[in-house]
Amino acid sequence: MKYIDEYRDPKFAKKLSLEIHRITTKPHVLMEVCGGQTHSIVKFGIDTLLPREIELVHGPGCPVCVTPLELIDKAIALASREDVIFVSFGDMLRVPGSSRDLFSVKARGGDIRVVYSPLDALKIAKENPGKEVIFFAVGFETTAPANAMAVFQAKTQGIKNFSMLVSHVLVPPAMEAILSSPANRVRGFLAAGHVCTVMGYTEYGPIARKYKVPIVVTGFEPVDILQGVYMCVKQLEEGRYEVENQYARSVVKDGNVPAIAMIKNVFEVVARKWRGVGPIAQSGLRLKEEFRAFDAEIKFDVGQVTAEESAECVSGLVLQGIRKPHECPAFGSRCTPEHPLGATMVSSEGACAAYYRYRNIPHPVRV
Amino acid sequence: MCLAIPGKIESVSEHEDPLFKRARVNFGGIIKDISLAYVPQARVGEYVIVHVGFAISKVHEEEARKVFEHLREMGELEELNP
Repeated sequence: MKYIDEYRDPKFAKKLSLEIHRITTKPHVLMEVCGGQTHSIVKFGIDTLLPREIELVHGPGCPVCVTPLELIDKAIALASREDVIFVSFGDMLRVPGSSRDLFSVKARGGDIRVVYSPLDALKIAKENPGKEVIFFAVGFETTAPANAMAVFQAKTQGIKNFSMLVSHVLVPPAMEAILSSPANRVRGFLAAGHVCTVMGYTEYGPIARKYKVPIVVTGFEPVDILQGVYMCVKQLEEGRYEVENQYARSVVKDGNVPAIAMIKNVFEVVARKWRGVGPIAQSGLRLKEEFRAFDAEIKFDVGQVTAEESAECVSGLVLQGIRKPHECPAFGSRCTPEHPLGATMVSSEGACAAYYRYRNIPHPVRV
Repeated sequence: MCLAIPGKIESVSEHEDPLFKRARVNFGGIIKDISLAYVPQARVGEYVIVHVGFAISKVHEEEARKVFEHLREMGELEELNP
């Protein structure tokens, strides 16, 4: 496919790998923010093409991973109601709540449907006026315009049996939380290309300057990631800390202006809890006052749910780049994609799940 | 989750409100109906990057080419300074 195949050309990947080796004179720890990038890196073995001095650590950019356990439990409670059709992206169904997952609700006869787009959920609402249709609106900035549009259209078209369980988080506050942690090791970022396609990259300038870290907006294919690493290492070697854009075929500085306008029209910024990390100020979105009628948490009064995470799981440390997946004693033994203990083993974009699938690590590994 | 892939616009259905503008987009042979609400300027034959049923950007061809031009230059410089 055009704009994919050529970015997987081994000839160009090798050239970039050689250039990175040539310019690297000292150790650097870089974080790729997005789970899609983590998946590419582990799948294609991109980290094995880098000099020994460069360590890639895997960031918190996996919305499925960071959706709090309490929200999964709320989703399960809502999906279990007889009057509800619960609609979700497919990858949320296997995420374990405190006692079960959405799949098990479906197995017991719950009406749970998987869709490709939030507009499909709106269509289901129109076709089933006697049912309450609840969409599990999970995502980062990339997905926010699509979810915002579904609510906007529901309001303008007067569709009253549609609502959303919102779990929207924002990337820049999470990057700041990582950088301000005393345990931080990250010295440069590959920023998430599709988040920046929507939002642009003006938000990152103050972060780069405050923490003196280079931030390179980076795409998802092997050549993109290697070029992102090259640009980031070049800055570190030259003592610069600027925001640069590797993914210029999709990202412009100010982002997608109509998409940002729709996000601001429908959502407002609030504190959100990140699974495995904890609460981060100003790090998420909720529906604004005029769209609250579409907020499933208010409409159905699911109440306060408190849930306990596995004490053994180190996913919070993995999401912050402090630990690697295979350094966890539960990895591959008590924690697998079939029976995940925590956030990063849950989604295929989680670092632990990617290591489990693509890395030939003998299980279990003890350290 | 933030997976978004490039596809070629095959046809566009106009709407008086740009928020309802849609297109048929070809992803390596698979054709899907996609919202052009956020990239209303995209035309037939152009490539858009699509996430959960919405085009979120138009692929900038010249920028796409630049990556490889830059890589080719790197190679030439290497050959000049072995």
